[in-house]
Amino acid sequence: MSGMPGKKAKRIEERGLKGIRDTGLDEARLRAFLAHAWHTPKGLYGWLATVDHKLIGKRYVVTAFLFLILAGLSALAMRFQLAAPEAGRISPDFYNQLFTMHGTTMMFLFAVPVMEAFTVYLVPLMIGTRNVAFPRLNAFSYWIYVSGGTMIWIAFAFNTGADAGWFSYVPLAGPDYGIGKRPDFWAQMVTYTEVSALAVAVEIIATVFKLRAPGMTLDRIPLYVWSVLVTAFVILFAMPAVMVSSTMLILDRLVGTKFFDPAAGGDALLWQHLFWFFGHPEVYIIFIPATGFVSAILPTFVRRPVFGYLGIVLSLIAIGFLSFGLWVHHMFATGLPQLGESFFTASSMMIAIPSGIQIFCWIATIWGGRPIFATPLVFVLGFIFTFVIGGMTGVMVASVPLDLQVHDTYFVVAHFHYVLVGGAVFPLLGAVYYWFPKVTGRMLSERLGHWNFWFVFLGFNLTFFPMHILGLQGMPRRIYTYPLESGWGSANLFISLSSLVLFAGFALLFLNMLLSLRNGRPAGDNPWGASTLEWATTSPPPSYNFPHLPVVTHREPLWARPDTLPVIEGLRVDAREVLGGTVADAVPQLRLPSADNSIWPLLSAIAVGGTFFASIYTPWAVVWGAIPISIGFICWFWPKGEPEDEE
Amino acid sequence: MKQRPVVDVSHLPTYDFGAASPMWWGTLAFIALEATGFALAIGTYFYLAVLARHWPIAAPAPDLAPGTAVLMILLASIVPNHLVDRWARQQDLHKVRAGMVLMTIVGILPLIVRIWEFPALRISWDQNAYGSIVWFLLALHTSHLLTDIGDTIVLAVLMFTQKGKAGRRLSDVSDNAFYWDFVVASWVVLYLVIYWAPRM
Repeated sequence: MSGMPGKKAKRIEERGLKGIRDTGLDEARLRAFLAHAWHTPKGLYGWLATVDHKLIGKRYVVTAFLFLILAGLSALAMRFQLAAPEAGRISPDFYNQLFTMHGTTMMFLFAVPVMEAFTVYLVPLMIGTRNVAFPRLNAFSYWIYVSGGTMIWIAFAFNTGADAGWFSYVPLAGPDYGIGKRPDFWAQMVTYTEVSALAVAVEIIATVFKLRAPGMTLDRIPLYVWSVLVTAFVILFAMPAVMVSSTMLILDRLVGTKFFDPAAGGDALLWQHLFWFFGHPEVYIIFIPATGFVSAILPTFVRRPVFGYLGIVLSLIAIGFLSFGLWVHHMFATGLPQLGESFFTASSMMIAIPSGIQIFCWIATIWGGRPIFATPLVFVLGFIFTFVIGGMTGVMVASVPLDLQVHDTYFVVAHFHYVLVGGAVFPLLGAVYYWFPKVTGRMLSERLGHWNFWFVFLGFNLTFFPMHILGLQGMPRRIYTYPLESGWGSANLFISLSSLVLFAGFALLFLNMLLSLRNGRPAGDNPWGASTLEWATTSPPPSYNFPHLPVVTHREPLWARPDTLPVIEGLRVDAREVLGGTVADAVPQLRLPSADNSIWPLLSAIAVGGTFFASIYTPWAVVWGAIPISIGFICWFWPKGEPEDEE
Repeated sequence: MKQRPVVDVSHLPTYDFGAASPMWWGTLAFIALEATGFALAIGTYFYLAVLARHWPIAAPAPDLAPGTAVLMILLASIVPNHLVDRWARQQDLHKVRAGMVLMTIVGILPLIVRIWEFPALRISWDQNAYGSIVWFLLALHTSHLLTDIGDTIVLAVLMFTQKGKAGRRLSDVSDNAFYWDFVVASWVVLYLVIYWAPRM
């Protein structure tokens, strides 16, 4: 092939020029150069060393769904036990591990990572760049996540599964009552995987601030990107709380500190304050990106821009702020001062305002549009229905008298599943149907998609709505069985059977994905006629995302100019280069070299993971582990090849 | 979809300093999350202090000398730190090299003094909650000192190689100086909490 990238680069170098630019290159040669510069090597090395945000994003999604299956199976096992009163199918000890692993996996290993997975995949495409700001940090975060999750599930397989609940309250998880190494694995896994979440948050902030396409001013950023930007800030200020608290927990257990020991001046409630200072924003870390999915899907299927762009952006920011003022509503039953309870009741109810604004904006968007009831939109409508129910019961449990009545009953279980599944999983499934064509180049089956929706929608509501009633009747949560004379048997049997319908709904999703990967209809670049930049490139996108980086002149760039995309030129194509711009106006400032593939993020993650694992058994692991960690980071950082800024 | 070039960016530089650089924003984000961690740990300190009948619990207030010495060293380090930052922005490699060597020494000094600082707390970490939280605060800051000095040493070595001649590496030096300011500022706050709060 004439114009082979390697040979061409050498020739130009011999002539004294510095770098080959995309200016004036014909399409075929441009793509050949870019493919060479941005490619991921084939084989095992390439698989382990890639820093392509799309490959990492896809891995994140697959891994998160594998954890979803594990968490779902543990829920089914619990429902198998609870289907009948006084059933002895599962021991109390194993049941404790099951519900802890279910909650821990859903919250730490599925819900947050799957949202980050979509973020990692979509954000560079939606803002018109070629990779995230720190590609190796991105790879590192994935390896950290997958190894942390694997660590706690292997511990579970060896009967060392966490068993003190996903919130790991002390003293249950403390040195006096926490059995063996179970809470240690929980605490280390949590600290460890949150490193991953924080790394993604940092890279998303830098990416959105600095790498947006020229012209993508703050008021032209897609609403989904706004939502993940706000989420990144919430992560930044919430996740350190769980890292601090889980570190204190493991120190109490391993080296005898006394943070949570009341006999030595510590306090058990301190754990709850720190944990819920993270735990409540955690709900919004899951929910806010889900609202971004809704704001991305709705306009496409009602054929009009979303109503109230500015209102939605301000609501997202308000939700992000307010999410930090709610943690105490998880602690109303702990005997806090009344003034505190009143304040947190007010702030808990206040968050309904920005949430309501978003919902009204979406309804107004539908109202003024011409809806096409494709599967993504159907899931969004399912979201609005279920989330409104969850929101209303949220207002109920934000009220102290009612919360005291239903605290630790199945009412709360019903409420938070409505919020989390209704608020996050329904939009997520819509997002899967919406972006699957972009990621794979194949359409998912619409017929299976509608079956999928109805099974999930009915299965979900039939499973969780009766729990409200069971809760009001006084059935406590976290119990492994209940007496025959309680009268809860038939409702529980109904719930357990319904959970099978829900499970079947998810099985249909996976079946649809597997069938469509092989036999799905080819998608084309923009099968839905959407307006945002990710649809301007091929499906699936090439390694370099865009042959020329786009220029944005409108909030809905592909609707404003459906035939011609304004683009930039002047970037190097013989080396990885992205464009950096000003924060507010995205005016081009820099041509930034972008990191190449590297094995060192993986090796660094192994070093960090090994240190965390070993520290469960000896604190000296932290000292010795610092050596391989340092080597890993130095090799990761150390520049290779020529200086990147020779011009 | 057809494409129409409308902007030529070939003239743009490949690196810059401060807020123009994505790395600066990444550093700022890490500072924000670490500062949150410090704030939560300090919050824990005062939460436990409010609950306690006497504070410090069963211990005298820490000996002021080593902590104050660390404070003095860190405050003094601001001058060379900002000089290194300035030289990096001026792209004066010779001065940057000297400055990075100086900052390496200045960074190691407080770590040496800190060997005496832990005993100066006059309580063990496992004696009671007060002991636990002051050791925790001090260890948290020590870990920041260690990581930053590690970063400084690696950058200093890099400056003496061919790769150190790249402008992007000078931008890294500037970001490292930015982070050092955070290490110093956080110690000012922690010093007041650890050494002076028990005396109030």
